[in-house]
Amino acid sequence: MKPILLHPDDNVLVLAQAIHAGQTIEIDGAALAAPHDVAVGHKIARHALSVGDKVLKYGAPIGSMTAPAAPGGHVHMHNMKSDYIASHTRQATGQTTGEPS
Amino acid sequence: MSGLTGFLRADGRKGIRNVVAVAYLVECAHHVARTIVTKSDDADVHLIGFPGCYPNAYALKVMQAIGTHPNIGGVLLISLGCESFNREALRAAIAASGRPVEVLVIQESGGTAETVRKGALAVARLKAVADQTPRAPMDVSELVIGTICGGSDGTSGITANPAVGRAFDRLGAAGAACVFEETGELVGCETIMADRAITPELGRELEASVRKAEAYYTVMGYGSFAPGNAEGGLTTQEEKSMGAYSKSGSAPIVGILKPGDQPVSGGLYLLDVVPDGEVRFGFPNISDNAEIVELIACGAHLTLFTTGRGSVVGSAVSPVIKVCANPETYRKLSGDMDVDAGRIMEGRGTLDEVGDEIFDLVLAVAGGQRTVSEALGHQEFILTYKAFDPIGPACLPLRRVS
Repeated sequence: MKPILLHPDDNVLVLAQAIHAGQTIEIDGAALAAPHDVAVGHKIARHALSVGDKVLKYGAPIGSMTAPAAPGGHVHMHNMKSDYIASHTRQATGQTTGEPS
Repeated sequence: MSGLTGFLRADGRKGIRNVVAVAYLVECAHHVARTIVTKSDDADVHLIGFPGCYPNAYALKVMQAIGTHPNIGGVLLISLGCESFNREALRAAIAASGRPVEVLVIQESGGTAETVRKGALAVARLKAVADQTPRAPMDVSELVIGTICGGSDGTSGITANPAVGRAFDRLGAAGAACVFEETGELVGCETIMADRAITPELGRELEASVRKAEAYYTVMGYGSFAPGNAEGGLTTQEEKSMGAYSKSGSAPIVGILKPGDQPVSGGLYLLDVVPDGEVRFGFPNISDNAEIVELIACGAHLTLFTTGRGSVVGSAVSPVIKVCANPETYRKLSGDMDVDAGRIMEGRGTLDEVGDEIFDLVLAVAGGQRTVSEALGHQEFILTYKAFDPIGPACLPLRRVS
């Protein structure tokens, strides 16, 4: 399984299919056993990420790491945050939207 | 050389289609205008119009821009007679561009049946003039290409949108003007966007346009980051916005347009679609076609439309190329899609390959090949009330033109 690299500068990859723990995934030509289950559309670390690292997707910072991630590890709410506005703040206001247009 | 051959208008602009537009100037004239178009039974006679009876400077500007669009070869205006729309100003702008234009006023033309009869004859005359339009070689650098997304889902930001971004980079490098929009979907990436501006002044204008959108949508009761986004793998607001933003590719941003403004050079432009001033008239764009109409008003010869859930629309005046982000949607709606970008999800292609396919298809469609929505007869058009201030001097790519 080869995740999608959106931009050469990125340090996360996007999953085109769900992966299961132990499944072989390919990152930059090297085979790796997935450390855990991750759903389709979610991000995994391209290489080891440390607390405070900017997360780069589309070649742009989309937030910062709040906990480390191993290569192939899931990168999401549990180990990264927005540098712009906390994602939960908007949800807590009760404002929801339909589909993004 | 692109090998393209455009329709050379009297004002020097070049089109990729030769459309005669029938325009209603108030909803009361809609049925008559539509009947004239239907009777013409011609794929290049299109219905456009504005439904409101109250005057609106924005609507006049957009109708003038579309009536003088390079894809337009002639225009028939259908007025009821008592509406506020300034039909003389619209007629004069179209005539000044060298395009043939005729006006029928229903109240003075004997009502529905008689106006339909006269309208059919007028369309035939306009077609005859449009058919005489000379052809001339056209370079990729003379194209204006728009992009929007609609019916988005979790796949849009990782397949179709970045693939369009790659096509935009190639088109821009070839000198085309490329236009992206949806400032309301760009909240969180305004500083990233400002860093791509060719001048610091333009960067500040780009940031201001996103702040304006955020304020406007807040009044309208819209947040942007919904719980469903996180389930789909999106973690932050800026990440979600980057998915929409990725349609713009990676070129420098040379300017900002508002609806009806024309690019003055090649390169990448942001179209600011959110009205200025206090919140009036409701949502900035009530549906995807309202955005497509504004891109066309900025001279877009064609529009790249990315969709995950599966929109089926096309447009009057300028062809729409639909790029489907989701492989499941593509299987369900393949008869409505031009490009299967969702195949990236299944390992049957890369972003670069799909970007190249989109680039090649843009040239083929500019060369006359009908898009799927054109062949199906889609000619959606919607224009509603808005209010804008003119763009500031920092919004124009002066460094490029000088």
